Formats: sequence, structure tokens, C-alpha cells
Amino acid sequence: MIHPRTAPLAGAFRVQRWTRVSMASVGVTLFIIAVLAVVPFFFGADVDEQLTVLLIFVILAVMWNALAGYGGLISVGQQAFIGLGAYGTIFLTQHGFTPYLAMIIAGLGAGAVAIPTSLIMLRLRGGQFAIGMWVVAEVFAILVSLDSGLGGGTGVSLVGLNVFAPGYRQAYTFWITLACATVLLGLVFFLLRRPIGTSLQAVRDDEEAAASLGVNVVRSKRVLFVVAAVGCGIAGSLYLANTLFIQTGSVFGVQWTAYMLFMVLVGGLGTFEGPILGAIILYLIQANFGNSGAWYFIGLGAVAIAFALFLPHGLWGAIDRRLRLRLLPVGYTLRTRKATAPAEPEAAAGEG
Amino acid sequence: MTWVNAIVQGVLLGGFYALLACGLSLMFGVMRIINLAHGDIAVVGAYLVWLLATQLSISPFLAALLVIPGMWVVGYAMYVLLLERSRRAGLLVPLLTTFGLAIVIENVLLQVFSPDVHSLLSSTGSLATASVSVGGGLSISALGTLIFVTAVVVLTGLQLFLSRTNAGRQMRATAEDPDAAELVGINARAVYARATAIAVATAALGGVFLAIRSTFDPSTGPTQLIFAFEAVVIGGFGSAWGTLVGGVVLGVAQVIGEQVNPQYAVLFGHLVFLAVLAAPQVGILARRGQGL
Repeated sequence: MIHPRTAPLAGAFRVQRWTRVSMASVGVTLFIIAVLAVVPFFFGADVDEQLTVLLIFVILAVMWNALAGYGGLISVGQQAFIGLGAYGTIFLTQHGFTPYLAMIIAGLGAGAVAIPTSLIMLRLRGGQFAIGMWVVAEVFAILVSLDSGLGGGTGVSLVGLNVFAPGYRQAYTFWITLACATVLLGLVFFLLRRPIGTSLQAVRDDEEAAASLGVNVVRSKRVLFVVAAVGCGIAGSLYLANTLFIQTGSVFGVQWTAYMLFMVLVGGLGTFEGPILGAIILYLIQANFGNSGAWYFIGLGAVAIAFALFLPHGLWGAIDRRLRLRLLPVGYTLRTRKATAPAEPEAAAGEG
Repeated sequence: MTWVNAIVQGVLLGGFYALLACGLSLMFGVMRIINLAHGDIAVVGAYLVWLLATQLSISPFLAALLVIPGMWVVGYAMYVLLLERSRRAGLLVPLLTTFGLAIVIENVLLQVFSPDVHSLLSSTGSLATASVSVGGGLSISALGTLIFVTAVVVLTGLQLFLSRTNAGRQMRATAEDPDAAELVGINARAVYARATAIAVATAALGGVFLAIRSTFDPSTGPTQLIFAFEAVVIGGFGSAWGTLVGGVVLGVAQVIGEQVNPQYAVLFGHLVFLAVLAAPQVGILARRGQGL
């Protein structure tokens, strides 16, 4: 792989990753996290609950985008890991673990299950991978529903959190969610900034060409697949902690993929900031139209189709194209040595 | 004897899966597109036949004769309005748009027809219950046989269309190399539209039999898509007969699973699918990179 810094034209151009704007925006991001961290001191449990929902959406959107937008792996079955995270938490609490510890272990456990799963699934490409993952989610759902200890198909409650008063419980859950979201987003951010991020995008754009340049295709995909599984697993266990009751039908349901597809397409497939924007948009739509039943999903599907066809890089892609705004830079921008004006978009490497 | 019976029932069930799967396989073979709305399109076919049959009090088979040509036209429209643009936008875009379409179809059906479960089993008269006893406790149902024979006829027809007719040769040429096909005067866009129309019409035919042999509701589609896809993968992408073999293997696995424990039926099918994926060569009849 030719690293941009050693590319032939290095003398005439310089590679830029951080800009003043992006450094400032990282500062703003850290500030927002700090502000969110003190929210429970000033607002009630309902605000904590709502913000927890939003942060779970953010985690899911970032994970699905990492797979689809950077790895070219469109999965219709990430609910497999959401469900494993949630039911793994139930299983561990039944065996003496405290709930919050169980949630983290269950999330990591989803990642452990992803390793053998990847051996089979990463043999598939494109649409075959997409539906193959759906089958995996169905298999996990059936296996869980066959276990009467996990409530069978009728659902199960997380009982271990009853020791806290509801207001405290919601605040603790929110803090855990905020911490998980920060760590997971940071993990994806630094992963994509490392050479593996560039390798993955090369694989996404042309697998054979990437392999011929020395990219270890399978290893790159596997790392991403496992990270996305951990993220979705933790999101699942956080969802459980927020709702306290789950059923196989809903937690392993394909509506999760509909949400993730909507957030990523509307926010911006293959941009780091886009899915976060998409999660906020989905959260606002759900708060206003979530009770509209079938119409809500018809709208989500139709909007997702429209974005895929007419605005493939989403809202953030459109903003980025006009303003060259890189708030959280994972790519490389090539600039000429003398001029301060940004290079043509074609010269930007590494960004989808 | 129950095991022999299970295998016979599984083979007949496999015919149904092959019928559902052949359109999915054709679209992938010709366009490299996996239509994630395929199962929901089959369910649309089921609803349309159910609607005509109950509203006009006609036989479901007569209703199917009206619905299938209609779905053929829908297939053309689907290509022109959705897939043409998706296909040009990139390899992954058709997956995103067809998944979006699947969500839309499923929820439109939910809005229009409510989540109620329907079936056409009762309106097919004696066919639903008729069976031929072949002795030794083994009986073959008339409906299962009809579905299996229909699947074989459709697959044979598709194979003959691809190998013998001019339009079929054009389709194979386009599948092989669209640019080269255009150079010799083939309109690739028209070929793709035709392939989509065939796929949607056969999916609707599968939907008709879905409605007749079991129950359906707006959320039935994804399961049909998964079974169709499993049949295609087990058989090996790339041959019509592979699709039939894949359907039969899936059907037998499910019926055997059901014999072991009724809750295992679908699970056994999935496990056979995963086992085939884990095998060194994916697909039983996987062939050299041919169009279909």
C-alpha cells in the first residue's frame, strides 16, 4: 500500500489531517460529552432515558456506518449482536454478575461470537453477506427462544437493577451509556485513522486491487466486523438496561437494520460525522412520529431510498462538499504547498 | 416409514422454495443484484390473488392468471424506476434501495390489510386435502405435487428460454459482459428490465402458492426471502437445477427438523445453509461463472 506521505508527488503537496476547525470541533465534542455527563444532576429520569435512547442510536449508526461506509459490508443482521448483548446480560445476571458489569461482558461476548461467525460470513460478498447475516440473526433468535431459562419467546426482564431507586438507576444507565458511546466512537475514530482505515476503504472500493497492493483483506474486514459486533452488543445491553424488558421478536428484529440504514443514509454513508447527525434526526422523528405505526416505517424506508439514489453521501456529505468541513477527521486531505485554498475534491484521499 | 414420508414431503416443499428462488437467482445471475424485497414481492402476489379471489369469488388459479401478468408489468416498472438508477450508482446501492423497498412494501401491506393472517387454502376446494396413498402409510398430497411440477416446469422453461431463444442468449451475453453485449447491439437496459420482470412474475407465482399452501400476513416476506436465498446458496449460484436441488435439500432439512422437534424445522434449514457456506466449495452444483 502506498502511504500518502511517501507518495511520489509529496514534494508539491502536503498531506493534511487536522485543520483548525477540526481541532476546535474535537474540543467542542469533548465539551459536549462533559455537558452531557452532568445532565442527570439537573434533569429528571425521563431526560436521562431519552438521552440514553439517542446515544444508543448514535452507537448503532456509527457501527453500521463503519461496516457499510468504510468496509463495504452491508449487513441486514447486526440485530444478531444486539440480541446477543441483551440476552447475554440476562444470562450473566442470572449467574451472579452485577448488571452493569454483565452488560460490558455481554457486549465483549458478542464480539467473541463474531470471530467464528466471521470465518463463515466474510467468505460472502455484497448481497450474499447481507442476507447471510440475516440468517445468522435468525439462528441466534431461534436458539435463544428455545432456552426457557431466557424466557423462551415470551420475553424476560432484567431484575438486577431493582436495587437502585428509579431516578438513580436511570442516571447510572445514562452514565454507562455515555461512557460506552465515548469509548466506542473513539475506538472507531482511531481505528479508521490508522492504516487499517485506509486499507478498509481500498477493500470497499475494489477488493482485488486492494489485495494486489498488499492489503490483508480478510484481516482488515475481520477487525472491523468484530469491533462492529462489540458495538452492537453493547448497544443491545444498554437498550435492555434502558427498557428492562426484552423479547426475542423485538431485540432480534430486522427493524434495527431499518433504523441503522436510515440513520446512516440520511446522515451520510462513509463519513464519520454523518451517522451522528442521522441518529439525532432519527431520534427527533421517532419522538414526533414514532406512534404513527406503519406510516412511520413507510416514511423511513422511502426517505432512505431517496437518499441512496439522490444524495448518496447524505446530509453530511452535502455539507462537507460545500464547506470542506472535517470536524472529526479520519481521512487525508491533499493540499498544494503554496496555495492555502483546498485542493480539488478528487485530490482528497481516504475519505469515502 | 415416517422418515421416508418426511423426505417425500421435504422434496415437495423444496419445489416451492425453488419456485420462490428462481427469480432471485436470475436477477443475481444477470445483474449481480440481490433483491432484498423479493420475499415481500411474493407476499404482494399472495395478497393480490387473495383480494381478487375473495372479492370476485373466483378460483385462486384464475386470479393468478390475472395477477402474474400484472406483476410482470410491475417488475418492468421496478427496474425503470428504482433498479436502473441504483445499479448505476454503485455495487452496494441496490442493496440499500431494495431493503428500503422491502420496509415500504411490508408496512404498506400492514396499513392496507391489517396484521390479520389470511390463507387461500379453503377456497381451493378438494385440491387442498386430496392426496394419493402409495401404500405403507406414505401419501403424496395433490397440492404439493402441483407445486413441485409447476416449479419444474418454470425452471425448465427458464433454462430453455436462456439456452434456446434469442432473448435468452442476449440475457446470457449481457450477464457475461454488458459492455461487450452492447457492442454487438444488445440493449442491456432492456435485458435487465426483462430479467427483473421475469423475477417479479415468478416471485408472485411463488406467492400464489404460499397463499394456497399456508397462511400469510404482511410480515411473511422476509422469511420467504431467506428461504429462497438459502435454496440458491445451497444449490450453488449459477444453475437452474442447482436452485431446485438447493430447494429440495432445504425442504428435506426442514421437514426432518420438524420430525425431531416442531421447533427445529426452520433451524435445521438454517444450519444446513451455514454448513454449506462453511464447506470448501460453496454450493452443491456450483459451476463456472455462468450467467444463470
